[in-house]
Amino acid sequence: MNMLSKFLQTSRIKSPWVLHFDCGSCNGCDIETLAVLTPVYDVERFGIINVGNPKHADVFLVTGTVNHRNKKVLKNLYDQMPQPRAVIAIGACGLSGGVFRDAPNVVGGVDKVIPVDVYVPGCPPKPEAIIDGVVKALELFAAKS
Amino acid sequence: MAKTIIPFGPQHPVLPEPIHLSLTVEDEIVTQAVPALGYVHRGLEKLCDIRDYHHMIQVVERVCGICSKIHAMCYCHGLEEMMQVEVPPRAKYLRTIWSELHRVHSHLLWLGLFADGFGFEALFYQLWKIRERVMDINEATTGNRVIVSVNVMGGVRKDLSLEQIRWILSELELVESELKALESTILDDYTVKERTVGKGMLTKEQAYDLGAAGPTLRGSGIAQDCRQLNYAAFSDLEFEPVVEYDGDSYARSKVRYRETLQSIDLVRQALHKLPDGEINVKVKGNPEGEGVARVEQPRGELFYYFKGNGTKHLERLRIRTPTFANIPPLAAMLPGIELADVPVVVLSIDPCISCTER
Repeated sequence: MNMLSKFLQTSRIKSPWVLHFDCGSCNGCDIETLAVLTPVYDVERFGIINVGNPKHADVFLVTGTVNHRNKKVLKNLYDQMPQPRAVIAIGACGLSGGVFRDAPNVVGGVDKVIPVDVYVPGCPPKPEAIIDGVVKALELFAAKS
Repeated sequence: MAKTIIPFGPQHPVLPEPIHLSLTVEDEIVTQAVPALGYVHRGLEKLCDIRDYHHMIQVVERVCGICSKIHAMCYCHGLEEMMQVEVPPRAKYLRTIWSELHRVHSHLLWLGLFADGFGFEALFYQLWKIRERVMDINEATTGNRVIVSVNVMGGVRKDLSLEQIRWILSELELVESELKALESTILDDYTVKERTVGKGMLTKEQAYDLGAAGPTLRGSGIAQDCRQLNYAAFSDLEFEPVVEYDGDSYARSKVRYRETLQSIDLVRQALHKLPDGEINVKVKGNPEGEGVARVEQPRGELFYYFKGNGTKHLERLRIRTPTFANIPPLAAMLPGIELADVPVVVLSIDPCISCTER
């Protein structure tokens, strides 16, 4: 491993930038994902920053069920992210469709559209669980690169 | 200058939820805004065909995570009236307490997101720090932070002990004092005023004609609040709808700030008056006929329509949420403002897209 790639890997693991996309969730998981960034949990002290541009992001946090309209948006965002990337599905809906799995406009979990690396269960998961999910994804980063 | 069409959303940093707006701009001025919805539509009203009316409570709670308690309360309240179930007074009070706690956390969340929307991140952090106290109350009393799931048909599932009541009162004391310490920043700060005063004007007539709801309506000078309908325990509590008359984004944020303090006061009143007794009654039989329910959500009036056919499955459930009512006023506010103010104005109606699309 040359010096540049070692530097890149260290920065990626030590300061992952996350992109959050609400893919048809009820907001429960979204406000918990946002709560992770606020003073009580404050993940910014670990270098985790929430960004709006998929081209800047390393980790993709997806909440909610996939429906027929937003699956294209989800795929599009995923395709724009640079390699290596990790996808974290948050909440029961993101895992399997949850309570809405039988609803007419629901495709199912996030893994029906894009590959998912880490699953965080809960309805909604607690902020601690989301942080734990991100940490698990970083371990994958270390293995991937 | 030629017209340019700029897409706003569905994935946008200021919006926690996906909504798409096609903004037609001339120079920097927005001339037309066309919203496109459907990114969160799940079709959950249809689930009443496969889930019985007791199980539907868990589904309607997940219409919106921010005001889940109030959705479940509206659903139970409507069906209980249809089936002539007498809810015990203690359950009514407990429902009021949790629903007002939800309003406090929702308004704090919104005030924070709004501050973040115009780049005032320190205020966003402060408000969300205060909000965590309310989330702790939710978690300690119900077992979950966001989706509290306390309503059942005929009452509530959880009770408050005397010790918990004392602790809630002391926590609310802290929430109130911490929020009041931020009052001058929220209401008088130069940055806040520059970004919000006069942005997204909605006159009283427009608000009335376009059917605005909640703080959007009250920010334009119309004193309408569904809590005046006296559902749950609101008939025994003293409160006046909060009204502001300017009709701009600043007035709407002022309404929400004052409502937060009002809700803290309502929780306190309800905790002091909390009667003893049962917390739920058994509900027998199946819903038959038609019924409606209206309650006040943090964002405005929430309306449920039920049609039962004597079986355990409802024939039809219709949910009309306040953001749905507030989208025509939003489309009226946007033309004439600068592109940089679009996020502020969109946020000023407190959009809840998952409510709107269900």
